[in-house]
Amino acid sequence: MKENLSLSVATVCYHCGDDLPTAPYVSDDKQFCCLGCKGVYQILSRHNLSSYYVFNSVPGASQKKAAQHFDYLDEPGIAADLVDYADDKTTVITLFVPAVHCSSCIWLLEHLHKINPDIAQSRIDFPKKQISITFKNQLISLRKVVELLTSIGYEPLISLQDVVKKQQSDHSERNLISKIAVAGFCVGNVMMLSFPEYFGFSNFEEHYRSFFNWINLALSIPVLLYSSRDYFISAWVNLKNGILNLDFPLALGIAVMFIRSAVEIITKTGSGFIDTLCSLVFFLLIGKWMQQRTYRYLSFERDYRSYFPVAVTLIKEGKDQAVQLNELKTGDRILIRSNEIMPADAILLKGEAKLDFSFVTGESLPVDKVLGEMVYAGGRQIGGAIELEVVKPVSQSYLTKLWNNETFAGQKDPIRTFSDTASKYFSIALLLIAVTAGVFWVNTDLNKAVASFTAVLIIACPCALALSSPFTLAAVLSIFDKNKFYLKNTAVIEELARIDTIVFDKTGTITNPNANGFQFTGSLSEIEKQLVSDLARNSGHPLSRELVKWLNKDTIYPIDRYREQVGRGISGNVNGQELKLGSAAFLGIEAQEKGSVVHILIDGNYCGYFLSKQRWRAGFKQLALTLGRKKELHLLSGDQDHDRKLLAPFFQGSQQLHFKQSPQNKLDYILNLQNKGAKVMMFGDGLNDAGALRQSDLGIAVTDDINNFSPGCDAILDGVAFEKIPQFISQAKDAVKVIHMSFVISISYNAIGLFFAVQGLLSPLMAAILMPISTATIILFTSITARLYAYKNKLL
Amino acid sequence: MNMIYMLLGFSIIIALIFLIAFFWASKSGQHDDLYTPSVRMLFDDEPEKDAEQKSDEDHP
Repeated sequence: MKENLSLSVATVCYHCGDDLPTAPYVSDDKQFCCLGCKGVYQILSRHNLSSYYVFNSVPGASQKKAAQHFDYLDEPGIAADLVDYADDKTTVITLFVPAVHCSSCIWLLEHLHKINPDIAQSRIDFPKKQISITFKNQLISLRKVVELLTSIGYEPLISLQDVVKKQQSDHSERNLISKIAVAGFCVGNVMMLSFPEYFGFSNFEEHYRSFFNWINLALSIPVLLYSSRDYFISAWVNLKNGILNLDFPLALGIAVMFIRSAVEIITKTGSGFIDTLCSLVFFLLIGKWMQQRTYRYLSFERDYRSYFPVAVTLIKEGKDQAVQLNELKTGDRILIRSNEIMPADAILLKGEAKLDFSFVTGESLPVDKVLGEMVYAGGRQIGGAIELEVVKPVSQSYLTKLWNNETFAGQKDPIRTFSDTASKYFSIALLLIAVTAGVFWVNTDLNKAVASFTAVLIIACPCALALSSPFTLAAVLSIFDKNKFYLKNTAVIEELARIDTIVFDKTGTITNPNANGFQFTGSLSEIEKQLVSDLARNSGHPLSRELVKWLNKDTIYPIDRYREQVGRGISGNVNGQELKLGSAAFLGIEAQEKGSVVHILIDGNYCGYFLSKQRWRAGFKQLALTLGRKKELHLLSGDQDHDRKLLAPFFQGSQQLHFKQSPQNKLDYILNLQNKGAKVMMFGDGLNDAGALRQSDLGIAVTDDINNFSPGCDAILDGVAFEKIPQFISQAKDAVKVIHMSFVISISYNAIGLFFAVQGLLSPLMAAILMPISTATIILFTSITARLYAYKNKLL
Repeated sequence: MNMIYMLLGFSIIIALIFLIAFFWASKSGQHDDLYTPSVRMLFDDEPEKDAEQKSDEDHP
C-alpha cells in the first residue's frame, strides 16, 4: 500500500531529477526517466553504494546523451600523453569530470574501489572538478577506468588541449602566498617590537631601544629581498621601456624607507620606518592576491583543440585503428560514428551523412551530404556511421585555418587600466615635490633637506592608491560571479565600461538552444492537437519532445500499433484515428517549407505542419531596446537570413544585420569597426566566433553550461544571465567611478602626509598611523561602495 | 631584565616554526583544494553504516 503511494507521488527521475515519461523505467520501486539513469542506479545498488542517493536527492546527471567510444585509450601513445605517472604496476591519471556538482559526487567517486577493486584510490578536487585515479594497470586498463566512470554517469572530458589544470599552473599563485606569509610573519613581529617605541621608553628601558631596532632591521630584510622583489623587478623593467607605472613609486618608497631606516638605526639617530615598510608590503601583496584570484575550473584560453576529439578511427587495410588527430594525413580513410565530430575536411565515401554544424557555422539546421561531397571539419554526425577520405590535415582545414590568422599569433594587447594612466602623472608629481622640498632646505639645513626628500617619498608611497583598483574590481568580480558572469581578470571590468559597440552572433547566442517554439500552418482542432500530443509523447526524438512540451496537453489516449522510423516519423492509432507525424517523405507528400518541420496526417487527410522556430533568449527584446538607445548594435550570423524580418526591429537599420558570415568575415567585420574607432564587445558561442571574439576589445562567450566547451574569450556569460547585460555594463561604469573616488581619498591622505613631510617634520609614528588608516579606509570604502552600486543595479 | 631577551628569542622562534609549518603545508598541496576535505571528513558516519549493514544482509 505504502509502495503504491510513493509510486503515484514520484514525478521526477530518482537519479537525475528530470520529468518522468508516461512509461517510466522502474527498478526497486524507483522510477527513472531513461535506461541510462536506471543503469547507473543498478550499478550503484549492486555495489552497495546506494548512500549516493542519501546525501542529496536526485544527485545524478541526465544519461540521455549518447555514449562515446573510448577505444582510442587502448593506444599506448595516446594513453601516455594523458597519464600523470605510470610504472609497471600502477598508473595515476587526472581527469576533468564536468558532471561533478555535489557532495554525493565526491562520495561516490572516492568509493570507486568498491565497484572495481583494481582501482587503488580516487581523489576528487571539487573546485576544479577533477578526479585523480590511481589504478593497477596490470589488472585494469585506462579505457576500462574511463568506461567505468562513464557507466556511473561521470563521463570525463578528454581533449587535445589541457583541460586538466596541472599543479604547475598554480606555481605563481603559491609563490605569491609564500611572499604574503613571509611579509605577514615579519609585520607581526615588527609591530610587537615597535609598540614600545610608540608609547615611549622609560629611562631604565632605554638600552632595549637599539636592540629592538636591530631585530626590526633584521626582520625587514626578508621583506625587502623576498616579498617585495616583484615590485623592484616590475619597476625596473617598465622604466627600461620608458613606462612609469605604479610599481615605480612603490619600489622607490620601499627602497628609500629601508635605506633611511638602516642609516638611522646604525647611527642610532632614530628608529626608522621598518613597521611602515613591512605593513605596506603586506597590504600591497594582499591587494595583488585579490586581483589575481581566478576561476579554477574555467578556461578562457580554449581553441578548436579542446572541442575536437583526441583520436579518430582510421580504417587501414580493412581494420579499425585509433590514431591521434595530428597523425592524420591526407588520403587517410576515417570512420565517424554517430555523435562524433568531423576532425578534418574530408570527402564522404560511404554512409548517410547528416551533420549538425550549429556550433561551427551558426547554421541551425542539420546538413545532409551525399556521397562524394566535401564535408568540412567541426560538424557533428547525427546519422549513422560514415566513412570518409581526408583531404586536408587537421590544422589546414576550413575551420582550424582561422587559428593560423595573425590575430592568434601574438598576445592580445593588455587592457589599459585607469591606474596605469594615473600612476604616470602621480610618479612625476611625486618626484617633483620631493626634489623641490629637498632643494628648498638644502641651503639652510642639509640634514633637513635629506629628511624632507626621503620623507616625501616615504609618505607618498601610493599604498592606498595601489589598493583601490584591486579591491574595487575584486568586489565587482565577485558580484558578477554571483550573477553567473565570469570574467577572465579584473581589467575586463574597466574595458566593459568603455564599450560603445556591441556585436551579437545569432544561433546559440541570442537564440535559446533549449527553448524551441513552433509555428503551425494548416487547420487542427483542439481534440486533434490532443491526439498529436499523445502520439508524439511516445517518441524520444527531440522534435517530438519539443512538440509535446509546446502543445502542453495532458495524456489522455493510449496508442495502438505505435511505430517509429528513427529520424523520419512516427505513426499510430489514437482514439480510433490513424495518425502519422514526421517528414514529408515519411508521409508521402510534397514538401513545401524547408527547415525543421513536422507534418500531420490524420486518417489519410493532410492537416498541415508545425515549423520549429527558435525563440530568442529571455529578455532579448528588452535588452536590445535598452542597449540600442546608448550603443550601436550589430548582428553577425553564419545562418541563412530567414530571421532577418524578425530581427530587423531590434537593430537600427538593415545594414547592421549580416547573414551568411564565415568565421573570417566576422573577424574582418570587427577589425573594420575598430578601425573606425569603435570599442567593440562581441557576444558569441561557437567556434566560428572564435576569431571575432579574439579580435574584439572584449569577447564574451555565451553558454548554457559553463562546463561545456566555450571558445577563447575574456569572459563567460551563463545564458540565464543574458538579460542582465545592461546591468553589468552600468555596474562596470560605477566601478570605474568608485576607483576614481578612492583615488581622490588616497590622494588627500597623501596630501596630509606631504604637508608634514615637506617641512621635514614627519615622525615614524605618524607614518605608522597614517599608512594603515589610509589603507583601511580604501579597503572599506571600495568594498562597501561597490556593493551599494550593485544594489542600485539590482545585481545583489 | 635579561628575561626579555630570552622571551623575545622564544617568541620569534615559535613564530618561525609556524611559518615553516605553513610553508610545508603549502608545498604539500594542502591549500590547493580547500573545499573537498571539508566534505570528505563528514562521510564515514551513518550512511556508510547503512551500506555495511546491507552488505551483511546480502552476503550472510
